[in-house]
Amino acid sequence: MAGSERTAAPAAAEFLLRRHRWRAAEALPWLIAIGAYFAFPDYLALGTQILIGIMFALSLDLVLGYAGILTLGHAAFFGTGAYAAGLLAAKLGWGEPLTGLLFAGACAALAGFVSGWVLLRYRGLTLLMLTLATAIMLYELGNARADITGGYDGVTGIVIKPLFGRFKYDLYAHTYYLYALAVLLVLFVIARRIVYSPFGQALVGIRENLGRMQALGSPVHRRLVTVYTIAAAMAGVAGGLYAQSNAFVTLSALGFERSAAVLIMLILGGTGRLYGAFVGTAVYMLLEDRLATLSPEFWQFGVGLVLVLTVLFARGGLFGLLERAARAAKRLWR
Amino acid sequence: MGHVLNVAVGLLLDGLAYGMILFIISVGLSVTMGLMGFVNLAHGAFAMAGGYVTVTLMSTFGVPFLLALACAFVLVGAASVVFERLLYARLYRASELEQVLFSIGLVFMAIAAFTYVYGPAPRPIRVPAFLSGSVDLGFRTLPAYRVFMVAVGAALVAALWFGFERTSLGAKVRAAVDNRHMAQSVGINVDRLFTMTFALGSGLAALGGGLAVNLLGLTPTFAIQYLVFFLIVVAVGGRGSIRGAVAAALVLGITDNAGKYLYPAGGAFFIYAATIALLLLKPAGLYGRE
Repeated sequence: MAGSERTAAPAAAEFLLRRHRWRAAEALPWLIAIGAYFAFPDYLALGTQILIGIMFALSLDLVLGYAGILTLGHAAFFGTGAYAAGLLAAKLGWGEPLTGLLFAGACAALAGFVSGWVLLRYRGLTLLMLTLATAIMLYELGNARADITGGYDGVTGIVIKPLFGRFKYDLYAHTYYLYALAVLLVLFVIARRIVYSPFGQALVGIRENLGRMQALGSPVHRRLVTVYTIAAAMAGVAGGLYAQSNAFVTLSALGFERSAAVLIMLILGGTGRLYGAFVGTAVYMLLEDRLATLSPEFWQFGVGLVLVLTVLFARGGLFGLLERAARAAKRLWR
Repeated sequence: MGHVLNVAVGLLLDGLAYGMILFIISVGLSVTMGLMGFVNLAHGAFAMAGGYVTVTLMSTFGVPFLLALACAFVLVGAASVVFERLLYARLYRASELEQVLFSIGLVFMAIAAFTYVYGPAPRPIRVPAFLSGSVDLGFRTLPAYRVFMVAVGAALVAALWFGFERTSLGAKVRAAVDNRHMAQSVGINVDRLFTMTFALGSGLAALGGGLAVNLLGLTPTFAIQYLVFFLIVVAVGGRGSIRGAVAAALVLGITDNAGKYLYPAGGAFFIYAATIALLLLKPAGLYGRE
């Protein structure tokens, strides 16, 4: 018995080491993204918005998929970043894009830290209500202070200087697409490092069994606040990029619809697996672009139906279905 | 002075009527959430359906207002049993995330289906003459519909209080809210109890939806527009507590109504700030169990 335990330990270590190695298949989404740049030059504006949506969904995956924090107010951080970047360029005249993004991320991180520190002591329905109410309160604040935010008309007059002082922006969003892709790559590498780190494993532990993590002496609240702050910063960067690429920000950046939509995209792709954010966001936004204009009711009904079916039959989302299909194919192959 | 008093009385009555609507719609959600812990964001859809049933019965079939309301209560309550048995029952043990997503999905489908059938425009309602005028109390006149709303709400509060506190069925529901497993082990059929309260709660939501058409208007997005308020009533009042739902709904109705009138720019802001402050201090709500 003792012998098998001793051999099991290196095997487990080997498994943990192997788990976070980069696999060849992980190049696929990036190759698709670069391929799309050349294949669909007319759709790069949509492509940019999809990349921004992936960033946003990725940040929610850290909070919801890994740490298991159920939030209905994640758009608060997207909106904070969007307004931070937008107001910095429009009101203060600071149009340098990269520092603008950093500022957006920092503002959102601050919002995430403060709200997370207060709210993450609660759980269940109470936490759900608190995140929802916080986000709506921020929305109402933006509405009440129309002198700063522009109210329903939004922030206009956002002028962004060329990237690195060299690359200008064109109507077809060539620059923005590559800019967004580079930012997404950076955020993804950060997120990937986080989830495979001991810190990330502790988050999964908290998600799976909170009581046991507390009994083990894991600083649960501090860990939750940390990941909430990091995710808020990522959402803020996504929001900042949204403001820069659209050159305007309205209150819809903060709205409940955006919180719900990102949740749906992530669930559709599959939570707690990083690439679920890619699959879900891309599929949702591409279909939305086609169907929502064709027939809004049909689109909304379809989204609702897919959500219900996902919860009832495919809890891992599209990516989970892919994994199951791959496993089934493997079995057949043998 | 007289003017200020008039405004104050008007605001109070409007707020009370609005609060009663919030109570009638939310009370079912509160009890079902307390009973099964099911986060049902689709509850507003039953209220919206009730509104459309009422309006359709009146305009197409010429059913009188009060009878149409009763029909909405019965029809939507009965339909909700089908949903409960076929869909909700599968998810009692699921995580809160799954319940939230599932019920958001249902709301989307309901909004889309009702938009497809009825269109996105608001549906008017013609309330009977005795409700559309004003009531003369001798020293002042009050809008009849609001007085009616307050009376209906008060009657329902009394009826629910009696049913909850003074009947054996109510005692069973209270026992199950307190401790479901214990209630089950003393022989209470909690599943059937839940189906019944779900039907009653959905029926009441439909009744509230029908009553709300004249005050709040009716569009398919009603299902989600007031959802946050229903949830606030449940969370602030404490789930499973009728007393809490009454208190939270009336306070919310009066403050929201007064805030919109007195400070339109930032009135809603204070509702949410107050909700957050209260939940931070009492996470289980005013009358909820920790």
